[in-house]
Amino acid sequence: MSSETGTKGAGISRRRLLQTGGAAMTLLMSGTAARRMAAQDASGQVIIGFSQEPTIMHPHMPHIEVDEGIHFNLFDPLWTVDPEGKFQPALVTEVPTVENGGISEDGLNWRIKLREDVTWHDGEPFSAKDVKFTIELQQDPNFGAMRRTGHELVRNIQIVNDHELTWEMASPFAPYPAILSWTFMVPAHILADAPDPNQTDFRNNPVGTGPFKFGERVAGNYILLNANTDYFGDGPYLEKAIWRYIPDMTVLYTQFRTGDIDVIGLQGIQPDRYEQASKMEDRVVVVAPSATVESISFNTEAPQFKDPEVRRALSLALDRKSIVEAIYYGIPEPTESFLPKESFYYNQDLPVAEFDVAKAAEVLDAAGWMPGADGIREKDGVRLSFKNSTTAGNSVREQAQQFIQQTYASIGVDMQISNLPPAVMWGEYWMMSQFDSVMVGINYTTGPDPDVSNYLSSDGISAQGGAGQNTWQYHNDKVDALLKKGGSLFVPEQRKEVYDEIQMLVHEDRPFLPIFQYANLRGHKAGLEGFEPNVNVRIETWNVGQWRWA
Amino acid sequence: MLRFILHRLGHSLLLLFLVSMLGFTILHLAPGGPLSQFALSPGMSQAELAKIAERMGLNRPLPVQWFDWFTGLVIGDWGNSFRDGRAVLDIIAGHLFATLLLVISSTILSVGLGTLVGVLGATRRYSAFDYLATVGAMVALSIPTFWFGLVAIYVFSLKLGWLPSGNMYTIGDESVLDYARHLIMPSCVLALVQVAIWSRYMRSSMLDVIDQDFVRTARAKGLTRSRVLYGHVLRNALIPMITLAGIQLPTLLSGALVTETVFTWPGIGRLFLDSLGYNDYPVIMGVLMFTAIFVLLGNLIADIVVASVDPRVRLE
Repeated sequence: MSSETGTKGAGISRRRLLQTGGAAMTLLMSGTAARRMAAQDASGQVIIGFSQEPTIMHPHMPHIEVDEGIHFNLFDPLWTVDPEGKFQPALVTEVPTVENGGISEDGLNWRIKLREDVTWHDGEPFSAKDVKFTIELQQDPNFGAMRRTGHELVRNIQIVNDHELTWEMASPFAPYPAILSWTFMVPAHILADAPDPNQTDFRNNPVGTGPFKFGERVAGNYILLNANTDYFGDGPYLEKAIWRYIPDMTVLYTQFRTGDIDVIGLQGIQPDRYEQASKMEDRVVVVAPSATVESISFNTEAPQFKDPEVRRALSLALDRKSIVEAIYYGIPEPTESFLPKESFYYNQDLPVAEFDVAKAAEVLDAAGWMPGADGIREKDGVRLSFKNSTTAGNSVREQAQQFIQQTYASIGVDMQISNLPPAVMWGEYWMMSQFDSVMVGINYTTGPDPDVSNYLSSDGISAQGGAGQNTWQYHNDKVDALLKKGGSLFVPEQRKEVYDEIQMLVHEDRPFLPIFQYANLRGHKAGLEGFEPNVNVRIETWNVGQWRWA
Repeated sequence: MLRFILHRLGHSLLLLFLVSMLGFTILHLAPGGPLSQFALSPGMSQAELAKIAERMGLNRPLPVQWFDWFTGLVIGDWGNSFRDGRAVLDIIAGHLFATLLLVISSTILSVGLGTLVGVLGATRRYSAFDYLATVGAMVALSIPTFWFGLVAIYVFSLKLGWLPSGNMYTIGDESVLDYARHLIMPSCVLALVQVAIWSRYMRSSMLDVIDQDFVRTARAKGLTRSRVLYGHVLRNALIPMITLAGIQLPTLLSGALVTETVFTWPGIGRLFLDSLGYNDYPVIMGVLMFTAIFVLLGNLIADIVVASVDPRVRLE
């Protein structure tokens, strides 16, 4: 079923040239051409096990993170983000910044220069037209785009020539480079003429510029990608990359042990198997940091949580250390902020939340929350009793809930565990703030960018008609102003000051209590090189083009 | 006969209509929906979710949605998956092969073995073999398939390395031999419980027949032991088995669900479970209707076959 290379450009193709070239040619080859050799020599295959099934190949239709595990290998963004949070040029010759003149001082005028040696998997050349089309597709009201944030601000895209374009921004928006590092370019020559952009064959037959071409998808079974031997960048070094769908976690782990899969991806090795897995021969277990932060989140408009002193007391009575060490096997790292510790913007000066049950009780006493007849504290007719919800079936998280429940009970706070199936939990219950409190892991950031307006700005409260996911209904005018400021600054050092202050304010206001930053356990066979966790993307198969067998 | 079939078909269609309506209503009334999976995506808001819902047609009144879906069903357009946009019938067809392969091979295994064990047990009642078979059947019935599957993988894949631990075929190989190698463990695991059930039913059914007058007459006529056994006893003892097969068909499909999960077998059972997880309404309804049709057909065929092999049964 795999699609053929398609129409080659006129004359001799690169591949042909290299094949017939001989030794003399090899000596004359430039660095880039030498790297292209990698694709020529692409050999072997890798089988990746995923516990969820990638189904949506169109990178701009609503999808989930596992789909991005495929997108990253089929498509390229203009630039990518490396594990250190730096942008690396992909389809551009240079990442535009204020410094190099690609972005004007005021952040309003952008100039993008594209590589000239890029072709689509069907052989058509990649050009400025495709970039213009991709961005305009996100703005198309008839298209159900996954994300419009940032793209909606782009105006007046001008194609200077085939490999250069400019646009204007309606207002300066600093997170846009990070958003573009997640925006995969799609081909205008295939998609532009579709009568309905939502109903195209593209989602089952994607054509990109990436290191791999789409081979086939057998629903419920696997996805096969084949090496793109004409890839412009580094790699690919593997002839085939296969994603196997293995829904059961025990079975996923078993197949990793038997060697049926080479890489154990999403959702990887469960913490209770960490020790056994690390002792396995010929397997490498990787602790991959993730930007997802686990927290107890409060609905700050609920009568129990309106009083900031209550949230302070609950923070004091939260034994983060024991949760991490006893329940999560010490794998994740306790954190104080919503930003990942790897981020340049993480505020190192945040005070470490203390655990002091006696002090928590004192705080509640002082705030006038006094134990009632049944031992539960109350004030002005409001009992300090609330529900805590999370996705039912997550046994580790349920253990954490029970642990917290006990500590809270000891200070006269009644926490009732009320877990829901995911489809209910993450529906209006969450989006429209119908909960008292939840236990949730959230990735607040867009790649390496620290902008969190969507979560913490008061105009992002969906329950109050806003457009965002501020489900805590958190409202702090100062934070609102700082978020606006931070979003319009382009110099990282200046931005850091702003986000340091935001993190401090949120830390004091406590709409949620950060517990730890997730670390995922992944593994691969010894001998596989190039597997590199990246905290700035959502999935570990972001660079399969670089993977190779030793 | 024809009248009977038409009559039963009419009943079946009415049943299907009710199943479709009930299933559809319950599914849509259950809290939650297909949108929740997008909720935790960066930058998602309730307004954006509402737009996605509108595009999926989920904001229309329920009866309108049902009518739309049902008229499609009748003309053979079962809708498209919310997940990958492909036609539901294509998706079911894709998974059906895997399930049929597994179910048929394990049925052949279990019917063959179960009949043999049952017949031997009945003819040598209270022998060592009979006791062993009885105990064995009880043990097999009590073992959870999931656990047994994992043990089998542990022994034959991890420790001995003889058989693949899962999947239907090696990508890139796909030869008959490759399929067969992958089929051994899941079909044996699935057959285990079935053998137990079949052998128990077969044994008691044989015993029902073995003491009847016509068997004694046959013996008195001086027929050989094997003629009596296979020509008279077995033939009559098999009749209730046909009905049993009709009833067992759907249980086999659901039993395959667990086996499919353990051995990452891409069949209908797993498709259904996955679709439930994502609230992929069109696929859930498609599998539901398909299974309902399957069950009704199974029963209908069983009735017809029983009538044709047993002249005492009249269908009028």
